[in-house]
Amino acid sequence: MNNYGLITIIFAYLALLFLLVYWFNKNERSRWINNPYVYTLSLAVYCTAWTYYGSVGIAADSGLKFLPIYLGPVIAIPFWIVIMRKIIRIARQNKITSIADFISLRYGRNRLLGAIVTVVCFIATVPYIALQLKAISETFKVMTVNSTVKTNSIFNDSTFYIAIILALFVTFFSTQKTDASTKNKGIIASVAVEAVLKLVFFLAIGIYVTFYLFDGTTDIYQQVSKLDDFDKLIEFGGLEGGIDWFFLVLLSFFAIFLLPRQFHVSVVENVREKHLKKAIWLFPLYLFLFNLFVIFIGWGGKVIFGNTENSDYYSLLLPLENGHVFMALLVFLGGFSAVISMVVISTIALSNMVSNNLIIPYGFLDKLVKGNPQGNENYIKMIRRISIFTIIILAYIFYANFSIQMSLYSIGLIAFVVIALLAPSFFIGLFWNRGSSKGTIAGIVVGFLVILYTLIIPFIIKAYGGSVDFVNEGLFGLQQLRPHALFGIDFLSPPSHAFFWSLFLNTMVYLWVSVSTKGNYRERNYAEIFVDPKVASSLDDNAYVWKGEAYVSDIKNILVKFLGEQRTERALTLFFRKYDLPENTEFADARLINFSEKLLTGTIGGASAKILIASAVKEEEVSLTEVLKILEESKETIARNKLLKDKSRELTELTGQLKNANSELILKDKQKDEFLDTVAHELKTPITGIRGAAELLLDDADEMPPAVRDQFLKNILQDSDRFARLIHNILDFEKLSEDREELHVKRLNFKDTLFHVVGSVRQYAASNNVTIEVTTQRDAHLFYDEDRIIQVLTNLISNGIKHANKENGMVWVQYRILKKKLLVSVSDNGPGVPDEDVAFIFDKFYQSKNQNRIKPQGSGLGLAITKRIIERHGGFIDVKKEQKGGANFYFEIPISQI
Amino acid sequence: MSKKILIVDDEPNIVMTLEYAFKKQSFEVFIARDGSEAKEIMEKLTPDAILLDIMMPQVDGYQTLEWIKSKEHLCNSKVVFLTAKNKNSDIEKGLELGVDKYLTKPFSVKKIVNEIIELLA
Repeated sequence: MNNYGLITIIFAYLALLFLLVYWFNKNERSRWINNPYVYTLSLAVYCTAWTYYGSVGIAADSGLKFLPIYLGPVIAIPFWIVIMRKIIRIARQNKITSIADFISLRYGRNRLLGAIVTVVCFIATVPYIALQLKAISETFKVMTVNSTVKTNSIFNDSTFYIAIILALFVTFFSTQKTDASTKNKGIIASVAVEAVLKLVFFLAIGIYVTFYLFDGTTDIYQQVSKLDDFDKLIEFGGLEGGIDWFFLVLLSFFAIFLLPRQFHVSVVENVREKHLKKAIWLFPLYLFLFNLFVIFIGWGGKVIFGNTENSDYYSLLLPLENGHVFMALLVFLGGFSAVISMVVISTIALSNMVSNNLIIPYGFLDKLVKGNPQGNENYIKMIRRISIFTIIILAYIFYANFSIQMSLYSIGLIAFVVIALLAPSFFIGLFWNRGSSKGTIAGIVVGFLVILYTLIIPFIIKAYGGSVDFVNEGLFGLQQLRPHALFGIDFLSPPSHAFFWSLFLNTMVYLWVSVSTKGNYRERNYAEIFVDPKVASSLDDNAYVWKGEAYVSDIKNILVKFLGEQRTERALTLFFRKYDLPENTEFADARLINFSEKLLTGTIGGASAKILIASAVKEEEVSLTEVLKILEESKETIARNKLLKDKSRELTELTGQLKNANSELILKDKQKDEFLDTVAHELKTPITGIRGAAELLLDDADEMPPAVRDQFLKNILQDSDRFARLIHNILDFEKLSEDREELHVKRLNFKDTLFHVVGSVRQYAASNNVTIEVTTQRDAHLFYDEDRIIQVLTNLISNGIKHANKENGMVWVQYRILKKKLLVSVSDNGPGVPDEDVAFIFDKFYQSKNQNRIKPQGSGLGLAITKRIIERHGGFIDVKKEQKGGANFYFEIPISQI
Repeated sequence: MSKKILIVDDEPNIVMTLEYAFKKQSFEVFIARDGSEAKEIMEKLTPDAILLDIMMPQVDGYQTLEWIKSKEHLCNSKVVFLTAKNKNSDIEKGLELGVDKYLTKPFSVKKIVNEIIELLA
């Protein structure tokens, strides 16, 4: 392919990317950007050019050895979710902008530690970026191998320009705000897009090689198995190989947490904590798909090219060899995407660290304190921009001068081993509150020296063809000190070996120094917060212990220098409001100190923030025990507050219950009153009749005609009966209502009971010209109180007789057993129950307004008592209108024993 | 001329005693079994006194009283509540509505007759 053509395509692609990020930034609130898929895909920044090309090389040369680097993250994912949740919370609360900030915060915002972590990240990242540039350069060469235009000097090297464009790109988009904790949503979204591109293109070449160039996976396997060195490709290496694999898996396990770019995308750029959940399956799936065809591309290349070409670039060479330039171009662009996302994210992460943890705290703090807000903002932005350019240019220089002899895979692994230096302080520090900054620094330094001795120096010597005596014979010829076989451990590959020793010694030193030296109160304070994030989230600003004297105005002065007048005012107002403090508070308390440190952290880094604030206040030394005591006390206060709140809520609940009970009682009372009222009224009526008649009979005995006298006497009898019936029913109803009377339940045949009732009312029915028809004859055995059910049936049948048609009155009774219930229906051919009465007909003393001016003969309690009896039997009763008119009362009771 | 009295009550046994006692005192007695029947009667004649029960089906005593108060030709008729309701609140409500007397059940027939005669004197 013509290299000008390729350059054009590359620049067009970059321009497109630029526009894409620009557009994403404009729409940064969109659903398309703030979703868990973008978050998870951005994690795929893990897959760089090393994955894209290097894995294939390893697969071709040594079989499955490329796999551990991806197995680590997959195995890590469950722990990753748990640990990340904790870290994201801490990071958000403290405006953490990088892993250096994070580790330095854990150990008391320690400036030196922040700088050391930055250096470690720098050492691990710059060669890694160089590696990416190297990939661009070499793939460019592979793509344009037939082109006539050759490049010689830097300025003819397109890689140089690409590096500069990337630096501009990062500068443009990531330094718009001085606060580094601001999210770069546009860039992250573009990384997600690139993640899709690189996966799709890689799958495309995988399918192309496997199914187009070859006849599927079996074909490739059969062809490759004929090669001489096939055994090497499938061997696992026995126990020693297994141990080697174990360390490589562990190494990548750490890398997914610790690589600056991974920390950046997973913690700093995390928009919502719950996005983590999507990653648990999507990220492993992504890695799985990415690795699906690696082995086949590698082996396919090996079959076709033998050992004649650089195996790293089989995925480009294979389509080119077959004249499929477009396919190769897609692969190239996929790899290019992988490079860009890695370089961009790494540079952002690293430049934040370099400026906030190295340059500002060590060089420019004084200058910044003297400057004005606008000047400071420009200054900080400038520092960050220079950092970005420095990083990328250094990476370019590294690439141009050192990386020619090194394979992608080995540089990548060295970076992993270096970054694993942070593992003990990072992981143990999260769960062990004694870990100290001294221990961390000592551990990292020792670990780094080990790596230098066992990995980096031998690597460089080998790469430049130096004397290998030192490597083979050991320092001063001591066998025990051979760099690749320290103290006799000679069965590990160099990276695993270096990793093992550095991790081991690093951890030991960290633990030993932490335990044996006296910690600083401040770092113990942060340690408590990190180890138990519940403390931090519940105590918020209260979780930080600080004692001393400071004026709000002094602190404000410092804040203004970095945040500007407006933001400072706004922040302080919010703070005062949050803690209910007066706006003109004079003395600052611990909460304000910590609040201010947090405010500054995003802009100048945690260590600088601490130093700046400390310069404005007179801090008193607090003893370790005091820190713990104060923390304990705050915890207790919070707990006590919570307890009080709970108690208060309980009380409110109780009050509510009391109120309810009270109103229920009042209602009951009112109902009782009404009931007594009605009872009194009902009783007074017959008494009035009796009294009046008796009075007249007595006074007027002589003059009263005999017919009238007889009528009055008859009235007296009638009223007396009514009176007696009323009293009986009232007492009966009361007994039933208050459950004072037990039901005498026995297993009986309902048929017998019904016929007994029908027999006893037949006379009454006949005298009213009403026929009773029982339409069911079958036995129905169930448990019930016979006397009570007789009462119910008598009541319902009598009602039916009373209301049945006057001409040829009919009352029908039927029953059946259905679904373990007895269903009984009593209906008549009378006028039926008026609709407006249906709802109240079972109420005590309810009088229908439609009684047609005829006073009811009953007590007004009959149906109310009936209902109670049915309910006491666990059943229910209701009434409906017959289709032909007439009332239909029906009830059901369960046949089982109540 | 004999006085006209209208008895409004839905209890026939009670009405029977009152009817007998008032007739003995030469009253012209009219009987209604509830409010609407009473209204029908009063459309056609003006009783001197009306004995009114409160708890009756359909149109009750209160409603009937209101109706009476709205009729010009009944403004001189004396209205007496005759009821089993004897709570203070019921009595107050009756008096508020403009009833002339409030008598509670059970009662002495003789006393009722005397009260009415006194009221009409």
